[in-house]
Amino acid sequence: MSAYDGVVQELIDELGQLPGVGPKSAQRIAFHILSADTERVHRLATALTEVKARVRFCEICGNVSEEDQCRICRDPRRDGGLLCVVEEAKDVVAIERTREFRGRYHVLGGAINPIDGVGPDDLRIRELMTRLADGEVTEVIIATDPNVEGEATATYLTRMLRPMGIVVSRLASGLPVGGDLEYADEITLGRAFEGRRSIDV
Amino acid sequence: MGVVDRGASGTHLAAREIVLCAVVGDNGRVKLYRDEAIVLRTHKLGEADRIVTLLTRNYGQVRAVAKGVRRTSSKFGARLEPFAVIDVQLYAGRSLDVITQVDTLAPHGRALGSDYSLFTTATAMAETADRLTEVPGEPATQQYLLLAGALRALADRRHPATLVLDSYLLRALAVGGWAPSFTECARCGESGPHRAFSAPVGGAVCMGCRPPGAASPAPETFALLGALLAGEWVSAEASEEKHRREASGLVAVYTQWHLERQLRSLRHVERA
Ligand SMILES: [Zn+2]
Ligand SMILES: [Zn+2]
Repeated sequence: MSAYDGVVQELIDELGQLPGVGPKSAQRIAFHILSADTERVHRLATALTEVKARVRFCEICGNVSEEDQCRICRDPRRDGGLLCVVEEAKDVVAIERTREFRGRYHVLGGAINPIDGVGPDDLRIRELMTRLADGEVTEVIIATDPNVEGEATATYLTRMLRPMGIVVSRLASGLPVGGDLEYADEITLGRAFEGRRSIDV
Repeated sequence: MGVVDRGASGTHLAAREIVLCAVVGDNGRVKLYRDEAIVLRTHKLGEADRIVTLLTRNYGQVRAVAKGVRRTSSKFGARLEPFAVIDVQLYAGRSLDVITQVDTLAPHGRALGSDYSLFTTATAMAETADRLTEVPGEPATQQYLLLAGALRALADRRHPATLVLDSYLLRALAVGGWAPSFTECARCGESGPHRAFSAPVGGAVCMGCRPPGAASPAPETFALLGALLAGEWVSAEASEEKHRREASGLVAVYTQWHLERQLRSLRHVERA
């Protein structure tokens, strides 16, 4: 039961698929695009195609990158003994803003969430294990979101990493429970790094 | 606001006032209501909101919006985590209700998130409850009490997690109208014990009713299944590991057969 003809409805439907965009917002954005000048719409369209064509995921850490390996993995000044495990690439951005962390990252691609069908095998955990096999990394900081799924993911990872003789720590409390890591302000997140606690199992 | 564990086992019924603030809208519907509830699951919505699926004590399953809870400044966020038992006030919206106030009754999320086996077990129970209470507006008080009790048993480590799960699944299905039989034949009613088990038929089957492909569990497994359904913990806990494993397999098959769509979380359950 589409309300508009052809391409207009197609645009609304596509926009409605975006995260956080409901039918009303989709309609509003669609009409904004319709009334915008051609040059601007062209720039938007180019940005969309370009990002898809050029940006991929770093073959080492899973972060977004324009090269095979991301800027952080290529940077020789980074501490190769320290690895921070996060759920999403946007968490890397949040942590980088604090300037507290000089190691490298591993992006899992989410948290374990069985009710949505996401188990350990659906995340980049196997890649993490392969990465840790050479013994260069001596400490892993688990910075999954401070909620139940993030906690369960941390629990699962800790259990796998401990027998490898790696120091495993979890971002310290002070991060409000139930929130998204990306919303933590720089100071809070920075403090969480300072006060990270080692996990005993 | 302290964390008060008032318990959801139904012992405080007299002390509970149910429908409270009756702010009635133009159409005569109660706009603001309050109830006890269990958080079954949450979804991210937009920038900082969550859609929270609740199993309420008196109003059945409710899907509600929790605004701003993913921002770290929110005090609500921690209280609306999966498996939490809460006291919640909601505003009846046009499509989704809106959560206006939350108090924690039992913050099971902490205990369950820090043990992977308990976490996966609790998730399978929450998904089952979600499925069995899908009809909006239909009260499901028995399902609520059953889940509240099972989550508490799990968080308190009162019984082995695998037994809590299997007992919960059997009882939740029984409340939902799919009560299995572990003694009489599920088809003809002939008194047992019987040697065969068929999920489609509804449990134990006699030699005459036994369909092809029926399982032949050990007599001890049948006894364990009966104990789990009845909540007889002493005899259930006296069972052996191999019979627990066999019972879990049959319960899983029975559950997946009677719920229309597959439970996604059941295969991720880590049986300790
Ligand atoms: Zn990288
Ligand atoms: Zn029969």
